[in-house]
Amino acid sequence: MGLKLSRRQFFKVCATGLATSSVAALGFTPNAALAEVREFKLSGAKETRNTCPYCSVSCGVLMYSLGSNAKNAKQEIFHIEGDPDHPINRGTLCPKGAALLDFVHSSSRLRRPEYRPNGASDWQPISWEEAFERIARHMKSDRDRNFEATNEQGATVNRWLSCGMLAASASSNESGYLTHKFARSIGLLAFDNQARV
Amino acid sequence: MASLAPTFGRGAMTNHWVDIKNSNLVLIMGGNAAEAHPCGFKWVTEAKAHNNARLIVVDPRFTRSAALADFYAPIRAGTDIAFLGGVINYLIKTGNVHQEYVNAYTDATFIVREDFDFQDGLFSGYDAASRSYDRGTWMYELGEDGYARTDPTLQHPRCVFNLLQRHYARYTPDVVSDVTGTPEEDFLMVCKMIAETAAPDRTMTVMYALGWTQHSKGSQMIRCAAMVQLLLGNIGQSGGGMNALRGHSNIQGLTDLGLLSDLLPGYLTLPKESETDYDPYIAARAFKPLRPNQMSYWQNYSKFFVSLMKAWFGNAAMPENNWCFDWLPKLDKVHDVLQVFEDMHQGHLNGYICQGFNPLAAFPDKRKLGEALANLDYLVIIDPLETETSEFWKDYGEFNPADSKSIATEVFRLPSTCFAEEQGSLVNSGRWLQWHWKGAEPPGKAKGDAEIIAGIFLKLRDLYREEGGAFPEPIVNLSWNHLSPEEPSAEELAREFNGRALVDLTDTEEPNKVLRRAGQQLSSFGELRDDGSTACGCWLFCGAWTEEGNLMARRDNSDPSGLGNTLGWAFSWPANRRILYNRASADPNGKPWDSRRRVISWDSERWTGIDVPDFSRTSPPSQGMGPFIMNPEGVARLFAVDKMAEGPFPEHYEPFESPLPVNPLHPEKPAARNNPAARVFASDLEKMGDAGAYPYVATTYRLTEHFHYWTKHVEINAILQPEQFVEIGASLAEEKGIYAGDRVRISSKRGEIVAKAVVTKRLRALMVHGRIVHQVGLPIHWGFKGRAKPGYLTNTLTPFVGDANTNTPEFKAFLVNVEKA
Amino acid sequence: MALQSLDIKARSATTTESPSVRKTTRVAKLIDISKCIGCKACEAACMEWNDLRDVVGVNKGEFDSPRDLSDQSWTVMRFYEEEPNGQFEWLIRKDGCLHCEDPGCLAACPAPGAIVQYANGLVDFHEEHCIGCGYCITGCPFDIPRISKKDSKAYKCTLCSDRVAVGLEPACIKACPTGALVFGSKEDMIDHADERVADLKGRGFENAGLYDPAGVGGTHVMYVLQHADRPQLYGLPIDPIISPLVSLWKGVTKPIAMLLLGLTVLGSFFHYIHVGPNETDEDEEENEAAS
Repeated sequence: MGLKLSRRQFFKVCATGLATSSVAALGFTPNAALAEVREFKLSGAKETRNTCPYCSVSCGVLMYSLGSNAKNAKQEIFHIEGDPDHPINRGTLCPKGAALLDFVHSSSRLRRPEYRPNGASDWQPISWEEAFERIARHMKSDRDRNFEATNEQGATVNRWLSCGMLAASASSNESGYLTHKFARSIGLLAFDNQARV
Repeated sequence: MASLAPTFGRGAMTNHWVDIKNSNLVLIMGGNAAEAHPCGFKWVTEAKAHNNARLIVVDPRFTRSAALADFYAPIRAGTDIAFLGGVINYLIKTGNVHQEYVNAYTDATFIVREDFDFQDGLFSGYDAASRSYDRGTWMYELGEDGYARTDPTLQHPRCVFNLLQRHYARYTPDVVSDVTGTPEEDFLMVCKMIAETAAPDRTMTVMYALGWTQHSKGSQMIRCAAMVQLLLGNIGQSGGGMNALRGHSNIQGLTDLGLLSDLLPGYLTLPKESETDYDPYIAARAFKPLRPNQMSYWQNYSKFFVSLMKAWFGNAAMPENNWCFDWLPKLDKVHDVLQVFEDMHQGHLNGYICQGFNPLAAFPDKRKLGEALANLDYLVIIDPLETETSEFWKDYGEFNPADSKSIATEVFRLPSTCFAEEQGSLVNSGRWLQWHWKGAEPPGKAKGDAEIIAGIFLKLRDLYREEGGAFPEPIVNLSWNHLSPEEPSAEELAREFNGRALVDLTDTEEPNKVLRRAGQQLSSFGELRDDGSTACGCWLFCGAWTEEGNLMARRDNSDPSGLGNTLGWAFSWPANRRILYNRASADPNGKPWDSRRRVISWDSERWTGIDVPDFSRTSPPSQGMGPFIMNPEGVARLFAVDKMAEGPFPEHYEPFESPLPVNPLHPEKPAARNNPAARVFASDLEKMGDAGAYPYVATTYRLTEHFHYWTKHVEINAILQPEQFVEIGASLAEEKGIYAGDRVRISSKRGEIVAKAVVTKRLRALMVHGRIVHQVGLPIHWGFKGRAKPGYLTNTLTPFVGDANTNTPEFKAFLVNVEKA
Repeated sequence: MALQSLDIKARSATTTESPSVRKTTRVAKLIDISKCIGCKACEAACMEWNDLRDVVGVNKGEFDSPRDLSDQSWTVMRFYEEEPNGQFEWLIRKDGCLHCEDPGCLAACPAPGAIVQYANGLVDFHEEHCIGCGYCITGCPFDIPRISKKDSKAYKCTLCSDRVAVGLEPACIKACPTGALVFGSKEDMIDHADERVADLKGRGFENAGLYDPAGVGGTHVMYVLQHADRPQLYGLPIDPIISPLVSLWKGVTKPIAMLLLGLTVLGSFFHYIHVGPNETDEDEEENEAAS
């Protein structure tokens, strides 16, 4: 071990060091030397219980957000740590769970619906209403064209094979249940989740 | 899970995370719990520290799990059946079998049909043209009473135990070492440590994950380990079990809810196109007991099915129309993801919806996937993050070369919420349904998944109502009873899948006694009926939201027994049972095998203990009901009958890309080189490389600093593991003149990637069947989007071939070449 | 608030006596290397709690990332592939401040109150008083403090003094998934270490032991090592002591140095007036990092 300073760094340390340390040593420090720790940042924050969305250990997490939940305060999550009451993780988190805050605020989060037309090289914005309408229209015309009420043998099969769907294994049971109901009602068979991979 | 259900009856982790602390021995093989499930792995360190447990890790790489192992053994990727088959042989040869357990709780005593056969690596009934088996002979011999014949003395030459013994007698330690590359003394050390847990008061737990599932015979690897656990009597016991460590936070839940091409909620199965009649459909699933006095719980299938149809189609589901049975799509084949992308590649799909899924990165052979997506007319992406799939059409240079102009696919990208901005429940690996609460509004205009699905569905329903069209009935009649139809709430949906009474439910014995009022939530799947009087979206989850309220939100973490069974925390399927098959924790007389580990026992009137009995509460030991209540046998299967695609006993086959030209167990039989029933398409077989051009065994994996392709979007995780790398053993690196930090090119028949080299002693060269085999490790986490340094999608390299039962791709064993870039 | 919750034992470059009437529990963190999987949860939790984000670096052919401590990384994992007994072992050590009982950094620091040792054993840097001289680096036998390129101040692990002050464990301790990190009174941590050492001896690690080096008066961050006879396997100094230069500075030379410094400050004042502040060239820094 020992000190690992390159020669250049050493000079740098000495230069800035001397210049500033001398000022302090001669009594020009701006404030008296109080010894306070950093203020504890969670004191007034709102705490919400959640479950880590990554692996299937399902660690309990506590999310801390700015604001008291008052009408005029927009909740902003600024810290996440483990839930010590949770029987499995007992407050611990892995490097993914401990960094969940940066997932919530990732610069890659999508913020508005987007649309990429045929042959385009970039996105353009689209409203939710228009996106739903166009998707539904695409699906209906595809389904109406390709729905199989019976197979070649004449058996009733009521399926739609030219459309498929992948469901999210990080979505809740409630979303998953609704998604399943939706997918079978339109006759999908090409329907899977991450369980196979 | 297509291996645990054929063995035990249910496809899920048998025990739960905290219970791992009660183990005496932990075997991590086919997984890397320390890195992939660190907070679950805590219960391994706990078992070591406070239960004096030992940890064995068997893995091609010396992983961070291995760093804490008491014993580590290297293995060639894709040869786990040879290893585990060798363990079975060792246990039987050395008499380290928990015989009383095996005789009472497995099918060891069952007699197999005379025409069942195994020759030269193939079981009876193989058809080479269709790459599949006629499984008719893989069955027990049935008596005239319809029950399976047994021989409790194990003398009969065709009883399962003797067939098992014969099958694995070939797996001697020298053969194991020859195939796996594991040094013989290392293999024997592992056997010796495992054998100690055959004692009734010692248990081993097995922890595995994708290291077993992602092979062309992954399901059989898992089954082989499950059979080892049965021989040792380690199933149903605290500290034992087959602990399948699921990857995603709700992959268990979505599987339980049946979001797979051939399933319905609660492991009900979709009808095949040959099953267009209702009654035969039900009869084929309502298994009659194969032995006297067995529960065979699937006999209740019609109750679960009818209640599901009532939940989905409400009043439209009537006895007259067989509860809308015709409305369900009928299967022509299994539309697993490999099949779907093959079909898409051939131009048979027009539309695709990706909800929180990044298939361009997640499935094998990236080039093929990109070509397939470009064949679509429309692609709908629902995701909180910018996935690679959503921009498959955009040029990212070497990482994703694309000519946008030539790609006609219209893409919609819809922003969804993440965990912090929504509420609902998730099912963890240990089957716990846990509720979570919303802590903030989503960014920008993002919406929840349910809201987005509702948005699409309601528009579609409007179009069908207004215009008519192809078979609108299931769409316009789908039950959608939400206070705000555009925003179905998590509470409403949870209550719906739990189930409720539609009319007053009366006692079948006493018609005047009302058990449940119309409209009330049901408390257990035992209340379900097949006369249309109950509705339940997922029978397995029944009991999660009862008249008592939301049991998934319970937070009583008290653990009175100290064994970690917190019955008041959340809700565990089925019926809040925490350790599956817990009847097997007690001996046939109902007395615990190990008094320090009492889970349930017979108290002369009923079964009581620290867990909810996974059994009839009042069936006395004298009745002889078996602990595996979902199986018609009542016992667990060492012989899988017709439940597995490639045979009732696991057999070693080489990976599709193997450094060996033959299967060393069947050198004369080319048909038995690889899994004879594995899913593979002709065009993909052409893209298989051989050891001449691609001499090194590659295996893909995950690092603890990252989660799949998400956390490259997360700044802290990008800091912790910033740039794509590959792991190369020191001896191979020396041979190739590669130094740590060099850029290297890894190529397969399907493509190539360039990454930094991590040169390590943790990857050892192995001596396999007379030659040196080097293995190369490929972490998967990088791509062309995100905060980490841009990299290649590792599936550029992986082969498009899948397991015969699950169709899970073979990501863990294939061939590559390595060069200095 | 802090003065009430954490009493001060020593302050850098301060001659007035610190209050010492109240009795405070001495705390310690124990790092059990035999339970550490090198997952870096502690690094993530540290960055998240302390509002730090290091740069997204490059892979240099190893798992270590970030590769060294910095003003943004107060703890890093160091991976060592060793064969101590002819058998391969992957030894992974969480590096960071050891919170010495006799802190060399504090002894070396010329800035009043920039380094504080609390009565519970935590050694905390108060950047607002730091003059960026880097003497703490010289004074540290473990090479821990780092000067920030952004504000020229010294940073290192505070042992989450803000959490400990309100009765919580440090962020890394809470996160650690395997229990490799534990926190409590120093006595309890020594007891816990004894238990762990006994367990390791039962698994064949005959030289397992506790690293609590006497040369710095013991530490408030201790290690359980499988091979305590060879701390160098883990990149730890065998017998760390405070550099003799520090006592030289504190003893004979200090008055002379102060005189010289007085002259220098005058010089630097004029330098500042004429030339401006001494700023770091960003490009130069990056070249250096890449070399």
